[in-house]
Amino acid sequence: MSAERTASDGADVCVIGAGPAGALIAHRLAAGGHDVTVLEAGPRFGRQRTERMENALHPAHEPPEIWEMGGQRDAFTSSGERSYPLNHARVKGVGGSTLHWQGMVMRLHERDFAVASREGVAADWPIEYTDLRSYYAAAEAALGVAGASDNPFVPPRERPHPMPAFDPSHSDSIFAKACESLGIATHSVPNARNSEPYDDRSACVGYGTCQPVCPSGAKYDATSHIEKAESAGARVLDRVPVQRLEHGDAGERITAAVYATPDGETFRQEARQFVLAAGGVETPRVLLLSDSPQYPDGLANSSGLVGRYFHEHLFAGTGGVIDRETRQHHVGFNTSESHQFYDDPAAGTDGGIPPADVDSADLGAIKLEFLNYAGPSPVEMALSDGGWGNELRDRIADAYGHSLAVGALVEQTPRRENYVGLDRSTTDDHGNPVPEIHWEIDDRTRRTIRRANAIQEAILTELDAEITWQVGPGNTGPAYHHMGTTRMGADPGESIVDHRCLTHDLANLWIASSSVFPTGGAMNPSLSIAALALRAAEHVEERL
Amino acid sequence: MSHKLTRRDAIAALSALGVSLAGCGAPSTDGDGQAGDRPLTDHDRETLTAVGEVLYPDEVDEIDAFVDRYATGRTTDRPEHVDGITEAITYLDEYCQSWFDADFAALSPAERDETLRRMGADEAEPDPEGGDVEQLRYFVIDDLLLALYASPTGGELVGIENPPGHPGGLASYQRGPEP
Repeated sequence: MSAERTASDGADVCVIGAGPAGALIAHRLAAGGHDVTVLEAGPRFGRQRTERMENALHPAHEPPEIWEMGGQRDAFTSSGERSYPLNHARVKGVGGSTLHWQGMVMRLHERDFAVASREGVAADWPIEYTDLRSYYAAAEAALGVAGASDNPFVPPRERPHPMPAFDPSHSDSIFAKACESLGIATHSVPNARNSEPYDDRSACVGYGTCQPVCPSGAKYDATSHIEKAESAGARVLDRVPVQRLEHGDAGERITAAVYATPDGETFRQEARQFVLAAGGVETPRVLLLSDSPQYPDGLANSSGLVGRYFHEHLFAGTGGVIDRETRQHHVGFNTSESHQFYDDPAAGTDGGIPPADVDSADLGAIKLEFLNYAGPSPVEMALSDGGWGNELRDRIADAYGHSLAVGALVEQTPRRENYVGLDRSTTDDHGNPVPEIHWEIDDRTRRTIRRANAIQEAILTELDAEITWQVGPGNTGPAYHHMGTTRMGADPGESIVDHRCLTHDLANLWIASSSVFPTGGAMNPSLSIAALALRAAEHVEERL
Repeated sequence: MSHKLTRRDAIAALSALGVSLAGCGAPSTDGDGQAGDRPLTDHDRETLTAVGEVLYPDEVDEIDAFVDRYATGRTTDRPEHVDGITEAITYLDEYCQSWFDADFAALSPAERDETLRRMGADEAEPDPEGGDVEQLRYFVIDDLLLALYASPTGGELVGIENPPGHPGGLASYQRGPEP
């Protein structure tokens, strides 16, 4: 087994992490004829996805178990006022967190690149939407995005999505009428799942278990580009967690990634260029673990900001029941949303949403989502009720059928006080300090959640719904989007990487991850991760 | 109204319960259908059917054929599940022998229901590595409930013809309720 995981000779590029960013870069560079080695901490999971789906439906299995997260390998500390469920929020393995993701893929708005200039908080990106636009299109083609050009709020695009959007659901039609009355525009959702066969993967067949498992493979995951990368000649090693990066005597270049194997051996992978693509938590952790006499605070950390500005998207939601059948849980993805309150969250509508009592600069972005999986799932009820027979059937039938809910992603203001650090009092299975997640929510973000709740209540009230639950500032949770911990910027004193995603401090160390986002808007980040990765791949290739 | 569990239901249950799919489209039950090193016995299958008769609502007919197909799929290439199911059935029979001097499958429907409740199966937390009743809840009761309610027939009993776990296509979510 050891021979299978020895270091490669003559690698041009070493990619650390086999999630979407690492997979796309590995594929592009290998396809360009370069010698690429990918080091992935987790395993290859194989094809038994229906077994994982079964486990996901069984209440006996906690979410982290589905993709085998947990144990000493994945130990962590949560030190903020809010507990952060890190192992619910990521997957280690070939494919990374796209194995359990929802698959919603929106481009950031133009506003998202200039929040500091517009609203006086956080930091601007050193690039604009126009710099990323063509890479968004390439990312949509790579992942396979089903979408439509019916969203009046999004920035300009150059061509239609690769696949037609999924048609609206029955419950979308219920919401559409209420939203029309209120002056709220609804539109389709770009989905990284096949609405028709695409890239040798089938169309969605409606298992309804997208998050955390798509058994059919219709939902994109990064195993697709790992396979393409390997076909193009890349070498991908699994279960080889990188322990640290080593630099040369001058301290200007990375010389090797030191990784461990399941057999307890340690190897040094040398390469000309290194791409760190290990997500928003492990990426800063590897940098911090790689301290040296020359860099006692870790690599790429002359600013002292590695791990700082950790931010998330918050969930805000309001749900209830109406006197009509809403037909939820037929599919596990959403087909309608609204960006009406994204760029200007304080604005009211002509139809009845009053303006907020603060300026839009005092609020973050809000993306409304009309859920197709509101209320109890019949299968989950069957397995959690405890009973059986006719009584169980009746209880499920009574509880199912009339629920509906409006969710929202809410922008979190990045703050220096939130960080991913090292907890030196606890070690992982290789004796390394575990990640410490320090996460709190600021007043601006709380205000934005309250604003989202108010809009959601207005929509449900328009439907004469009985509101039965709400997720607001007090009980909100993260959307599992790890951003900001190696942020991008022009000033080496205020950021970790430059506009190309190259670290300011080391001439051959690149970072491909949502960790480079200075701000995250309220859009699911993966399409932006993919676009930045494809853009970074071009810059890396210029150095080869 | 009677609801017969159809071959479509069994296929759905198989796909929801861990039978590897051929390719990435609709599920397939092709293959030899054989269990691992220690396949379920006829007695095991009879017992699963007897449990199903307690768990499933009155409208559900032909439980035995459905359970038989489901049990085959559940155990194919999954020896740990064969062990889990057979050990749970052994416990169930031992429990019934001590109370009724008979195996579970030989009891009347009312006695079966009483037995499961008396041992606390209606309140036990399912756990594949837990105690006897917790394992019974996981390997037998919950799996049989999952097989029904992840199937179109079971779903239709409660108002959803394409329940989670069933690859029922993309038409149903768009349809409104039947008038």
